[in-house]
Parts: sequence; C-alpha cells; structure tokens
Amino acid sequence: MKFIIAIIKPFKLDEVREALGAIGVAGMTVSEVKGFGRQKGQTEIYRGAEYSTNMLPKVKIEVAAPDELAPKIVETIQQVASTEAIGDGKIFVLDLASAVRIRTGEAGDTAL
Amino acid sequence: MNRTILGGAGALTASLFAAIPAFAQEAAAAAPVPNPGNNAWMMTSTILVLLMILPGLALFYGGLTRSKNMLSTMTQVGAAAAVAMLLWVIYGYSMAFGGEGNAFISNFSKVFLAGVTPDSTAATFSDEVITEYVFISFQMTFAAITAALVFGATVERMKFSAAMVFVIVWLTIVYFPIAHMVWYDGGEGTSGLMFGWGALDFAGGTVVHINAGVSALVACFILGKRKGFPTEPMPPHSLTLTMVGTGLLWVGWFGFNAGSELEADGTAGLAMINTFVATAAAGLFWMLAERLAGHKGSALGFCSGIIAGLVAVTPAAGNSGPFGAIVLGAVASIVCFIMVSKVKPALGYDDSLDAFGIHGVGGMIGAIGTGIVYSPALGGPGGDDFVMATQVWIQLKSVIVSILLAGVGTVIAIFVAKLITGLRVSEEVEHEGLDIGEHGERAYN
Repeated sequence: MKFIIAIIKPFKLDEVREALGAIGVAGMTVSEVKGFGRQKGQTEIYRGAEYSTNMLPKVKIEVAAPDELAPKIVETIQQVASTEAIGDGKIFVLDLASAVRIRTGEAGDTAL
Repeated sequence: MNRTILGGAGALTASLFAAIPAFAQEAAAAAPVPNPGNNAWMMTSTILVLLMILPGLALFYGGLTRSKNMLSTMTQVGAAAAVAMLLWVIYGYSMAFGGEGNAFISNFSKVFLAGVTPDSTAATFSDEVITEYVFISFQMTFAAITAALVFGATVERMKFSAAMVFVIVWLTIVYFPIAHMVWYDGGEGTSGLMFGWGALDFAGGTVVHINAGVSALVACFILGKRKGFPTEPMPPHSLTLTMVGTGLLWVGWFGFNAGSELEADGTAGLAMINTFVATAAAGLFWMLAERLAGHKGSALGFCSGIIAGLVAVTPAAGNSGPFGAIVLGAVASIVCFIMVSKVKPALGYDDSLDAFGIHGVGGMIGAIGTGIVYSPALGGPGGDDFVMATQVWIQLKSVIVSILLAGVGTVIAIFVAKLITGLRVSEEVEHEGLDIGEHGERAYN
C-alpha cells in the first residue's frame, strides 16, 4: 500500500477530487494548509506600506491506495493540478505499513 | 460666494422681552421669517454631517486600525464629537459667530446661547434667513467632525482621557477662532481676518481640513510613533468597514458642502454636482496613480481617493464649475497619493491613518486650487473682475495663517493634555490593545 500526500493550489481541489473519483479512488482527507516553496509569499500594500506574507494558502490531500493504483493516482493529480506556473505544489508517496477500517476491523487493501 | 452671518434680528425678542407679549409680537412682525424649504434643507444637511461622523468617520478610521483598537478608535471619534457639541452651545458658537468682535474671535454675548429663541434667525447669503437654532446646529456639526478628524493621526496609542482634554483646549484656542476668522461677516472692519481678505472657503477646506490635518501632524509628532512602527506589520483590520465608512462620508458630505450654501438654491445644486464629480475623479485617479507606481489598483486606494476628492472640493464646492471640480479632485488625489505612499514613509512619522496626508494636503490643494477654478474662464462662478493671481495669493495667505494657528494651538493643547492626564497608554495596554485596556471591551468576540 502507498500513502500519497499532495500539496496543491486550492482552486484545483474540485477538479482533482473529480478526476480521482473517476479512476476509482474511494476516499481522501483534505486540509487547508499554509507553506512556502519556490513561489515564496505574496506582498500586500496599504497606502504604500508593504507587508510580505511568506506563507501561502494551499490544500493538502491525503490518499491511501493499493500499490497498483498509486502510480495512476500520482499521474492524475500531477496532470489535473498543474497550471504550469510556479507554486503548483508537490506530491509525496510513502510506503504504508497497514490500514484498518475502524467499523469492521478489516485490515490491508480491503480496508481502503 | 462666501458665508455670512449677521446677528439675528430675531434676537431682539430676547427673553427679557418675552414676558411682554404685545412687545414681542411687534418685534416679530418686523423680523424676516425663515423659508420652511430652506429650514428643512438645513435641518437635513445638519443630520447628514452627523452621519459623516457617526458612523461614517468612526467606521472609516476604525476599519483602518488593528482589531484590538477598533472600539477605542470609534469611541474617540464619537466622544470628541460629543464634547464639541456641548462646548459649541456653551461658548463656541458665541466665540465664532456671536456678533461683533475683532478679526480673531467674536465675543461672549451668546454664551449659553443667551438671547436665542425659536424666533431668532441667522442671515444666509441672500436676503433670506434661516432659524438660528438650525444654523447653530449646522455649524455645531462642523466643530464636531473637525475635532474627531485629528485623531486619525494619534489612534492606537493616545489615552482616551488625554484625547478629551485635547479636544476641549484645541477647540477653544484653534477651531473657534479659525471658524470666526474664515466665516464671520460682520461688515466693514469687524469681519473675521480671512473673510475680510476675501478668502474663498465654501464649506471648510481651511477651517476643517487644513486645520485638522496640520493639527494631526503636530499631535502625532509630539505623541510619538506606535510601538513597533514601522517594522511590525499594522495592516487595516477591515477594509470592508472602511469602505462602508467611505460611502457614509460621501453621502453625508452633501450636507457638508451643499448645506454650506445655507439655502436650497442653485448654488447648493452646484455644490452638489461638484461633490459628485470631483470625488468620482479622485477615486479613480488614486487607483490610476497606484497602477502607474507599479502596484495593483486597490480598494483602500479607491476609498482614499474618494476622501481626498471630497476634501479638495470642500472649499471649491460652490466656487467652481463641474469640470474645474473634476480637475481639482484628480490633482488632489495624485498629490495625496504621493504624500501618503512616498513622502510619509521617507520621512518616517507615524500619521497612523493619514489625517495629514489626506485632509491636510488635500485641504491645501483644494484651498489654493479654489483660487484657480473660481475663474469664469474655467467655468467657475467668479465675476468679470476676477483676477486669478490676486485670489490665489489671498488663498495662500489664509492657508499659511491656518497652518500657523493650528500648529501653535496644537502644541499648547497637547501639552495641556500631557500635564493633566499624560498622553500615551502604557506599553502593556498598547500591546494588548486599547479596547481592553481603556474601555474593558473587545470589538469582536
């Protein structure tokens, strides 16, 4: 099993969610996060007083998936979330040791 | 067109005589009677100027401060206005418009509104009169907003008690005399100083805006910067409320400008249209200036431009054609933009909400510009004998006198406040916010 963490631009969330649904992803966890990468922050100006915020809002998606589906998920997110501009985000893939469905106690791929 | 006010003929029916009905009726028969239309318009205008203060200016200023100082800012604006209202009826009106005096103040004959009755009248610019109580109320709102404007430079650190002491002293030694000097027409030799020169100030560019702006600058120099300025970010906490306040100020300003004609006549109509178009031009030109400076056109820029335009058109409201007013608004907006976004950061003083940068500077552009746009060649209402250079010189002289009086008076008023209450809140209160520290409340829970 793989655990996929993707940091994307917030406005791309709906598209990514639909595209992942279409390839058979049954669930995900989404959170609003802040951070910076090469894009750095943005500048606010009030009557000439400049304030730079060095953290930008992003959306973090977490998906747990069987090994065979993982490459497809990564490819889909990469294609759908890309605007080809700096600040599009990153995708991280981790090995996942185990997964348990709390309601039934099922473990492994069937719990996903 | 200039303001005039003569001692009300109705004052003859003073309380002394009111006890003798036959005599009172005789006197009233000879007195001019106010036109109800004019009276109704002046009552409306008076309330419109109140709308500029509460909630207009309170929201405009409040939105620009940090959320921990929202209530402090709004309360200082409201309470300063309230103090001014009481002082105005106690002795302010008498000092400014009480009747024959010298070039600097009237006299104290109408202290506690002595002799004013519902039958008393005040002259307008024609042979009409309006009810003196209405005139007193209208002028009262001008004193109230001017006092409140000054706090734009001192918010987020000045004690509430110091602000109140400052208002009392400042109105007495600065505002009441300037109002007299610019607006009192007592006839040959007894008029106010600038009125006697022939200075044009339709609705208070000098009396209200230069006066408040310069006083604000001096006050913030003496008071010192906010803790953390300019390294710590101090962005406005709600530009939404600032935009709401801007809208209320614009609406209320029609009472301020068109009301200053004291009648619902053609010149009031001219002041009205100028208050629309100069302001519209100024709002857009500020945003344009931002673009030219390489920034985005901003909401705060639009609001700031609107205020700059309103300030600049104030002395010119009934003294300019609509197209002169548009140019005046645009020029004032660009100059104020440069002032608050380039000059102020370079000099490093903490005029927190730009009371000087917009009211002071915009007022000066407006006051001097009025001497230009008054020209009939530019569509203004000046007569054939109008000489621009002469008028501009008179305008410039009145600006200089106002700056000097406001500057010196503010130094005195601030030091009196310092002596009685101390000026600044403690560092801890400043850090926690004046809302909790000074008033024991939070704006948002």
